[in-house]
Amino acid sequence: MVGGTFDRLMREEYGKVLAVLARRCGDLDLAEDVLAEALARAAERWPRDGEPEQPAAWLTTVARNLLIDRARTNPLEVEWTDEVAQQVEQVAAHPADPPAEHGDFAFDDDRLRLLFVCCHPSINQESQMALALRTLCGLTTREIARAFVQDEAAIAQRLVRSKRKIREARIPFEVPDAAQLSERIDTVLTVIYLLFNEGYLAHETEPLVRSDLCEQAIRLGKLACDLVRRHAEAQALVALMLLQHARRAARVRGGELVPMEDQDRSLWNADEIRAGLAWLDDAIACHRQAARPPRPYLLQAAIAALHGRAVSSELTDWPQIAALYDGLLEVLPSAVVELNGAVAHAMASGPQEGLRRMADLDARGELAGYHLLPAAQAELLRRSGDTAGARLAYRHALTLATQPLERRYLERRLRELGP
Amino acid sequence: MQYMILIYGDEKAYASAPKAALEQMHAAHMQYGKEMTEKKVMIGGSQLAPSSSATTLRLAGGKPVATDGPFAETKEQLGGYYLIECANLDEAIKWAGRCPSIQGGSIELRPLVKHNM
Repeated sequence: MVGGTFDRLMREEYGKVLAVLARRCGDLDLAEDVLAEALARAAERWPRDGEPEQPAAWLTTVARNLLIDRARTNPLEVEWTDEVAQQVEQVAAHPADPPAEHGDFAFDDDRLRLLFVCCHPSINQESQMALALRTLCGLTTREIARAFVQDEAAIAQRLVRSKRKIREARIPFEVPDAAQLSERIDTVLTVIYLLFNEGYLAHETEPLVRSDLCEQAIRLGKLACDLVRRHAEAQALVALMLLQHARRAARVRGGELVPMEDQDRSLWNADEIRAGLAWLDDAIACHRQAARPPRPYLLQAAIAALHGRAVSSELTDWPQIAALYDGLLEVLPSAVVELNGAVAHAMASGPQEGLRRMADLDARGELAGYHLLPAAQAELLRRSGDTAGARLAYRHALTLATQPLERRYLERRLRELGP
Repeated sequence: MQYMILIYGDEKAYASAPKAALEQMHAAHMQYGKEMTEKKVMIGGSQLAPSSSATTLRLAGGKPVATDGPFAETKEQLGGYYLIECANLDEAIKWAGRCPSIQGGSIELRPLVKHNM
């Protein structure tokens, strides 16, 4: 088996198997330990005997047996919950029993449980996301450190601490009951969307888009919807992710990110856009019943839906998008949202309107050092015919941008302005 | 799994509270303790005398020496505790969240370490 296949498998199966194991022993460290051992065995056996039909089930069985061995030989390490004891008996009686779980759906419940553990309010907020990326998505500490632009040792330390806390405070591997669920669902949705974004523009330079992460996030979002029925924000989040993910094939060309207005819209996935729109309809219906002001995901999904429906940038309903951004700014006040809103206003009412709003933002200094502000200004200056101004703004953006990919894009735009 | 519910609050506010409010708080704690006992959650618990009554011991020249006052001077002081038995943290959070002293104070929840000896 080539290394690539194994890496793919690691990514796809890691979270599933880990979730099952962690629930069984209530200890993520131990679960990771036995899973690593099971993966080592797989690396040794699969090239020789061929990949099993159900890789996740194979890994789960092997790791589960290792877990039971550990429980037997080192009772101090593994807490003998009734479940572990029962497992030991079962395996002793039928050592060659195939695993009960088959197919992907069998792992869903445990993944959701693991997600709630990662998002537990007693886990430090900055660690929640790192923990979810590590355990559910199988990212390495190094990948997480790069994503957060942080020191690898700091991330490792943070993971160790939260895993210890889960074990010591006994955070349950369970979906909380209705009373606690309503308090915790918002954090869960936030982490799901962060996972999605990590895949949407992977911080690793290759590949630019990690579709597997996006798909995992969408799946988790749908699971969360099953759990909290008639929750407008949860449904809107799934709609938002589907609508954004549907554009993936058009977002990258020749190793470069393509801005939406230049994307080949025939590459957008029409089925996924339809599915996203249907989710949004449900979310809107549900929201109407709740009689509350619209929340962030609903507004963002509505914006994504207007883009998804438009056949070109020119034929996009920009006034409506600009109005939605105004609404979003009210519930989610942030300078970045304001900048995106200014771009929409420019598309709706001309570059001068956008430039006026951006000058406002610039004067307040909240986005100082953020390269996308001068980059957006450059774009609008170019459109308004002020080539010299545009050149200056692109150069300014280039002094701030650090990511190679974004630098390449800005350099190209600058070149295209001519000498 | 055993958890300690540690109750922190402002002693000065407590000392100057009207008698009726204190009686009400006391009754609420009695009710809370009764319920936890009935549900077989409570192992023990008590109010603590004010931190001005505390004595701190340290070794000096190999001998324990007592000094006046609490170990740490903080705005909120440890004023009482409950020891409870719960299946997991979420259950403990539910019980701790109902502790009457959460009014005007804060509750720290700490798992006890179990030594398998």
